[in-house]
Order: sequence, then C-alpha cells, then structure tokens
Amino acid sequence: MLRTINVDEITKNIKEMCIEANHFLSPDMKSALEKARKEEVSPLGGQILAQLEENLQIAADAMIPICQDTGMAVIFLEIGQDVHFEGGFLEDAVNEGVRQGYVEGYLRKSVVGDPLIRENTKDNTPAILHTKIVKGNKVKIKVAPKGFGSENMSRVFMLKPAQGIEGVKEAVLAAVEDAGPNACPPMVVGVGIGGTFEKCALMAKEALTREVGRHSEIPYVKKLEEELLEKINGLGIGPGGLGGTTTALAVNIDTYPTHIAGLPVGVNICCHVNRHVVRWI
Amino acid sequence: MEKNITAPISKEEARMLHAGDYVYISGTIYTARDAAHKRMQETLQAGGKLPFDIEREMIYYMGPSPAREGRPIGSAGPTTAGRMDKYAPQLLDLGLGAMIGKGKRTKEVQDAVVRNSAVYFAAVGGAGALLSKCIMGSEVIAYDDLGTEAIRKLTVEKFPVIVVIDCEGNNLYETAILEYRKNV
Repeated sequence: MLRTINVDEITKNIKEMCIEANHFLSPDMKSALEKARKEEVSPLGGQILAQLEENLQIAADAMIPICQDTGMAVIFLEIGQDVHFEGGFLEDAVNEGVRQGYVEGYLRKSVVGDPLIRENTKDNTPAILHTKIVKGNKVKIKVAPKGFGSENMSRVFMLKPAQGIEGVKEAVLAAVEDAGPNACPPMVVGVGIGGTFEKCALMAKEALTREVGRHSEIPYVKKLEEELLEKINGLGIGPGGLGGTTTALAVNIDTYPTHIAGLPVGVNICCHVNRHVVRWI
Repeated sequence: MEKNITAPISKEEARMLHAGDYVYISGTIYTARDAAHKRMQETLQAGGKLPFDIEREMIYYMGPSPAREGRPIGSAGPTTAGRMDKYAPQLLDLGLGAMIGKGKRTKEVQDAVVRNSAVYFAAVGGAGALLSKCIMGSEVIAYDDLGTEAIRKLTVEKFPVIVVIDCEGNNLYETAILEYRKNV
C-alpha cells in the first residue's frame, strides 16, 4: 500500500541519530570491548581497554562525544518502493538532519567543501548518502559517522582470480598490519569481496554496520571471518598499537557476484568507536 | 614505569623518559593539527615568526569537538601524528620539546627527536571524553578562522600519555608488538 512520508521526519530522525551515535556506542560494541578487556594478555593493553570503557561511560554521562572525530556522516537509506516523499527534496532533508545534529549536538565539523581548496563547511555537510530501493512501504535509516584515522588506512585490492582465498587473506592482513596504531585499535574490519571496484568498497563499509559477533550466513565466509580474526589478533598490534592480543574485535565480510576476470577486495577499517544507529520509519 | 612531568619539558627531563613509560603531564601545552601546521610552515617560509614561542613546548595533535556550557573543551583525543611528519622535523629543530598524538612516525621525525632530545608521546586514540576531563582550560591563541584546527593553549592536569619514541631512538610501536606476535 502506498504510503506518504514527509521529509521533515527524515530530518528529525537523522538529527537525533547523529547525536545518539556519537555519544552512545551500540551494545554489541560495548560487550565486545568488555570481553576483550577480560581476555587481553598485555597489562598495558588491558589498561587501555579499561580506559576505553571508562571513556564510554563519561561520554554517556556527561554528553561529551566518545571521540572528538565525530566523523563524516555516512547514511544508508533503504526506501520501500511504495513510499512517496512530500514536503521537499529527500537529499536536502538528509543534509538538514546532519546540519542540525552536528550544530545543535556540539559535534565537530570535520568536512571541507572542496578536497583541494579545503574550506570547512562549518556544519559537517554534505553527508555521504547511499540509497537503495527495496520492497514495501517503510524506510530504514542507518547512520554511521566515520572517523578518518581509520578511514585513511582502508584499501581496495583488485586481485587476480588465481590468487583466490589465500590472496584475500593476505590482502586483509596487509591492510590491518599497515594500519597498525594509526587506526586506533582494537579495530573492526569490514571486508567486501567481489562485485566491481566501487561495489567491494561499499560492501566493506556496510559490513562495518553489521552487529559485532554476528557472522555471515554463508558457511565458508563465516569460517573466513573467524580465521582472519584469529590471524589479525596474532599480529601483536594490540590496543592502541602498543602490543597485545586484541587487535580487532570482529571481521565482517560481505560477498557479491563478480566478473570472470576479477576478484575485487575492499577493506574498510574502523576504530573501536564503530558507530552505527538504525531506525525504521 | 609511571612518572609525573610538567610542560614545557627541558632536555634533561626528556632524557629521563624511556619508551614504554606511562607519564602524566601537567602544565601548558598547545594544540595544532594539519591546517595549523601548514600555516606555520608558510609563515616560517615567508620569514615570519611562529604564533607562540615553541622552545621546549609540547604540541598536541588534536582538534576538539565544541565545548558545552560550563566546560573548557569538548571531546579531545589525539589525531594521527603521521600527517604532521612533513612539518615536525623543522619544528623540533626550532626547539619543540615534545609531540603528543597517535600512530607511526617517519624515520626523519624519529631522527629529529633524537637530535633535539625531544620525545613523542601517544595518548589513547578514541578516548576523547576521558582525556577532556584532564583539560582544565582552553584558549584559542592563533588561527581562529580554522575552527577546530585553530591553535589552542591548554592547561592540563595529569594528562595520561605513553612514551613511544624516546631521545635514544627507541620506538615502542616497533618493540611492543614483537612480544605478542604469533606466526601467522
């Protein structure tokens, strides 16, 4: 059944979600950090993980953002094909939500309007908006502010089909090893395998929003996630990159069909402040 | 080893610090990140003076989130230091005593740390709310137009950091991981 939604509702929700994501980490991330603290072998690593938990508490109690890099607002909209928007242009409504959230929520404005002229837009717009048309008459909004300490360490590898699964493992490990302390470990590693150049990067990004601890439903992919997590934690990088057994909290992999000539692999690295909030309207 | 020091830091004090030491800093430090460093370098190239006397001072690579009413500053954790590698050796040679950030540095920076008896500290990345509680005062002293990237003079109390590169050239990022590395 056709449903009409006023874009003001999109604005209002995105504003609230930007503020929520930057002050309250999701329960899956919190329990992953707690588990890591209990299992970390390095004393300094354990101390850093305890500080990160204390940091989350202070952020929530005093309404101070978890991290000063409150990110570029990455937003996924899944729009039911039976939805009709009224009251304005959807993309403007999304950016208005980001503007209100970042200005009224005391979040840092980290966006420059041109990548080379580099003048700050002063309201953290524009957002990075990904839309998908799906069945039904609902809208799923996912807000995932992304910090650039870890974004800068992300990679796309265009592997040859002959490199196979071993090539994928080497690529992911190389990206994580290269990221080291720069990406604020413990990290969450999003991986996209297959598709095209841009598709694997987008899959890697969206994989970061999957609940930590929930594995792929494809058996061999689940096995690959577990194996890579173990290997990454064997690199020794540890919390803050200062040595330890907790380098990543999760490896989330998504896959997609690809071309006979290619094996694209996207590795999107996120720090321990892996922010994602989901709402349905 | 846990130590308490006061900023600015003398060469003698810097020489007492070793990679892996857990240090609490009190005193005055200055913030600067990408855009401020670019502008400082342009100023020096044009024959001008830096906006503050950097002799043995500490620069914190940080751009805070806005302060709520009644607070001196918002979230205030370190940014990746490597982006300042292009500028750091020159500032160290001009007298900079310490840098606070997170992440790897180039050999050029490490050599400049040793040459000048300076130190590179890491603060815990992503702990901006916790670290903001150690900042008692904040005042923009230059480049106000850069917003979060302006140069701020901070008053800190027991600000927790870890020595990563000491003035003998030891690098904790390189040594600490070896202990926990398994064959993969």
